[in-house]
Amino acid sequence: MGKQYAVEMEEITKTFGGVHALKEVSFQIEKGTIHALVGENGAGKSTLMKILSGAYTKDSGKIIIEGKEISGGSTLGMKKAGVGIIYQEFALAPDLSVAENIFINRMNLGKGFISWKELNQRAGEIIDKIGFQIEPRQKVEELSVAYQQIVEIAKALGEDARVLVLDEPTAVLSPYETEKLFQVLRHLREQGTSIVYISHRLDEVFQLSDEITVLRDGEVVSHNRTEETSMDKIVSDMLGRSVQSLYPEKTAAGNETVLEVKDLNLGNMVRSVSFALHKGEIFGIAGLVGSGKTETARAIFGADKGARGEIVLKGRKIRPASPYEGVKNGITYLSESRKEDGVLLDMKIRENVTMASMKKVSKCMVFHIKKEKKYVEEMIRRLSIKSNGSETLTGDLSGGNQQKVSLAKWLSVDSDVLILDEPTRGVDIGAKMEIYGIIHELARQGKSIIIASSEMEEICGLCHRVLVMHKGLAKGILEQEELTKHNIIHCSVNNSSEQSLKAGGI
Amino acid sequence: MEKKGKHKITVSEFFEKWNTVIVFCVIVIIASLLTTNFMQVQNLTNLLKQNAGIGIIAMGMLLVILTGGIDLSVGSIVGVGNVIFAFMMQTHSLGYSIGVTLLVGAACGAISGYFVAYRNLQPFVVTLSVMTVARGYAYIICKGASISIKHPDFLAFGYGTFLGIPKQTYLMILIFLLIWFVLRYTTYGRIVTAIGSNEEAVRLSGIRSRIYKFSVYVVSGLFAATAAILNSSRTGVGSPLTGDGFELDAIAITVIGGVSLNGGKGTAGRVLIGVFVIGMIGNIMNLTKVSAYTQQVVKGLIILCAVFMQTLQKKSRA
Repeated sequence: MGKQYAVEMEEITKTFGGVHALKEVSFQIEKGTIHALVGENGAGKSTLMKILSGAYTKDSGKIIIEGKEISGGSTLGMKKAGVGIIYQEFALAPDLSVAENIFINRMNLGKGFISWKELNQRAGEIIDKIGFQIEPRQKVEELSVAYQQIVEIAKALGEDARVLVLDEPTAVLSPYETEKLFQVLRHLREQGTSIVYISHRLDEVFQLSDEITVLRDGEVVSHNRTEETSMDKIVSDMLGRSVQSLYPEKTAAGNETVLEVKDLNLGNMVRSVSFALHKGEIFGIAGLVGSGKTETARAIFGADKGARGEIVLKGRKIRPASPYEGVKNGITYLSESRKEDGVLLDMKIRENVTMASMKKVSKCMVFHIKKEKKYVEEMIRRLSIKSNGSETLTGDLSGGNQQKVSLAKWLSVDSDVLILDEPTRGVDIGAKMEIYGIIHELARQGKSIIIASSEMEEICGLCHRVLVMHKGLAKGILEQEELTKHNIIHCSVNNSSEQSLKAGGI
Repeated sequence: MEKKGKHKITVSEFFEKWNTVIVFCVIVIIASLLTTNFMQVQNLTNLLKQNAGIGIIAMGMLLVILTGGIDLSVGSIVGVGNVIFAFMMQTHSLGYSIGVTLLVGAACGAISGYFVAYRNLQPFVVTLSVMTVARGYAYIICKGASISIKHPDFLAFGYGTFLGIPKQTYLMILIFLLIWFVLRYTTYGRIVTAIGSNEEAVRLSGIRSRIYKFSVYVVSGLFAATAAILNSSRTGVGSPLTGDGFELDAIAITVIGGVSLNGGKGTAGRVLIGVFVIGMIGNIMNLTKVSAYTQQVVKGLIILCAVFMQTLQKKSRA
C-alpha cells in the first residue's frame, strides 16, 4: 500500500476578477504528518486554505478528503468532512467559558437542555487529550493568547477535525508558549491528526514540519521532505532568486551618547530600566511577550502616562508625557500593532506618510498638495513601497508595504531616536529584508535606533547591543560579540535580580 | 489577494461615487413631473430659504461624525439659541444679541466636547444629556411662551433676497465652502478625518487629538446657534419649540450624503446635496398635500434605503 493521504487537492484553480490567485495547485497532506505551507504574502496560501475550509469556491480541480471527493464551497460541509481551521484572529466568544466555546454550536450535546456537568466534563476530556490543563469553566477572556489558541484547537478537535490548519499560530506567542504549542501539535500528529502549518517563521517550520510546500504567485514552486531541503533553498524558492543573507553587514556605531535612560519605571511592566544609546547605534530590546519591552519603548516615547525616572536626550532632561511631546523632543515610535494603531487603513498613502510631519508640506494649516504628492512619491521610491502611487489606499497594500508606509511616516520627522516596536511582525520575507536594509541605512547616516522585538534572530542579526528584559526587569546588556539566541535566553532566565540591576546599569 | 492593474471604473464604483448626485437628479425629475409648481421661482426660493439653517447644522454634524462621534444636541441648541436671541433682542442691540447667542451655542458644544474628548464619555450619551438640558433651558427662559422680535432690518434680512436668491442661502453657501476647503486642504480637516479613521494611530503620530475632537463639538454648537438666528429672522419669533428634530434631519442628511457613521469618511459636497435631497422630499410632499404624518413615514423609509444601499456597495467592493 502506498502513502495514505488525509487531504488531496488536485489542480486547484481560482481566479478573482480575471487574476489568477491559484494556478492548478496540487497539494497533498499525508495522514498523521505536519505539512508546512510557506510563501510570500499574496502567494496564494490563504486562498488555498480558504478553499480547503469551504470559505471560497474553487473554479476547477478536485478536493479529496480521506479518499472521498468533496465538492467544497461550504464551510459546514468541510467541517463535517473533518477540516478544522484556526485563523490568526480567533473566533472565540470572550465572555463565555472554555467549555461553552468548545461546544459553541451544540451546547446541548444533542439533548433538549444543557447539562453543564456533562458539557464541562467532555470539554475537560478534549483538553486532556491535547495534553494541557485548562479549567473548562474559566472564561476565555481570562486566558492568555496561548491558552486561547489551545481552546481553538480543542474546539476544532471537538468538532472531530482530522485535518487541522493553523495560520501563523505563533505570531503572538512567546518562545516558551511556542514550544508548548509544538508539543501539542506533535502529540496530535502521533494520534493521527494531519496538520497544515502556515508560517513566515522558517526556523519554526524546520523545527516542526515533516514536509514543506512553497507557493509563489499562485503556483507550487517546490515540495520537499523537510530533512531533504535547507533554509536557503526555501528562501530562494519563495523569492524566486537566491539570497546571501537576510541581514545587512553591521557597521560600527559611534561613541557619542544620544539618549540616556536611568531608572525608568512604569507600573509592573518597567522596573528600574537603565541604558544608554549611542549615535548611529542599533540597540535591541529583547524579551518575550509580556517582558516589558514594548512598555519600555512606549514610556521613552511618552505613549503612556505615569512613567517615572530620568530620560536624558542629548544632554537635556526630558519628560515625555504624551506622543506629542515625544515627537517634539525628537523621539519617534513605530507601534507594535500596525493595524490597530500604526497606519490609517482608510486613508491614502500620502495622508499616512505626512501624518506626523504636516508642517513640512503645509503653510498656516493649508496643505501644499502638489508639494506633498511630490514628497510622498519620493518616499515611495526611496522605500520601494509597492503601490499605484501616493493616492493608493493604505488598506489595499500588503502588510510589508503598510509597514513601510508607517516607517516613511517616521522618517519624515527629523528625529534623533527612532524606536521600532516589532518592525517586521506579519511582514513577508522579501519586505523584511528591505526593512532591515532601511534600518541599517538609517543607522549608517547617524540615527540612533531602538528595536524592540520578540524575534531573537532579528535582534541578533541587526543590533549592536541588546538589552534583555524579563517580567519588567532589565536582565542585562549583551555586547555584539555575545549576541546569540542562546545567550539571550540564558540572560533572560538565569540572571538573578540583583545581578541584573547591576548589569542593566551603565 | 492584492489586485493591481489598470483602473477601469466599474458600474458599482460609478454608483458609489455618484449615488448622491443620481438620487438628487431623480428627485428633481420626479418633483417636476408630479407637481406643476415645483419649478416655480417662489417654491425654489422657499426651498432654499427653509433649508439654509439645517444646511449649516449639517456641516457641523459632518465634522462631528467624521471624528466618529455624533451630536444630538443641535436641535435643542437651535431652540435655546432662538429663545435667547429673541430675549436679548428685547433689550439689547442686534450685534450684541447675535454675539451672545453664538457664544451660548459654542458653550453648549464645549460642554459636549469636554466630556467626549477629555473624559472619554460616549458622544451619544453626552450630547443626549446636553440636548435635554438645553431644551429645558429654552422653556425656562421664555416661561413656555414665544417671544416676538421687532427689528425691521433684521426681519428684512430674513425675507430679503440678493440676485433672486435668499440672503440666508448665501450664508449657508459660505459656510459650506469653508468646510469644503477645511476638509480638502487644511491640516485641521485631515486630522479630523483621521481621528474617525483611527484615533489611537493619530495620537501616536504625535498629534494632540483631543483638542481636535473637542473642537468639532464647539463648531457644531456654533453652527447650530447660527441656524437659530437665521430661523428667528425668518419667523420673527423666539420659540422654545424651534429646532425640534433637527438633529435627526441633520444626521439623515449626512447619511444620504454618504458619510460613514463610523467616522473617517465623508465630503462636504455630498452633504450639501443631501441637504437638498431631504429638503426636496419634504417639499414635494407638501406640494402634493401628503399629510405630515405620512411624510414622517416616507422620510424614514428613504433614509433606511440610503443606508442599505451604502452597505450593498461596501459588500460588492470587498
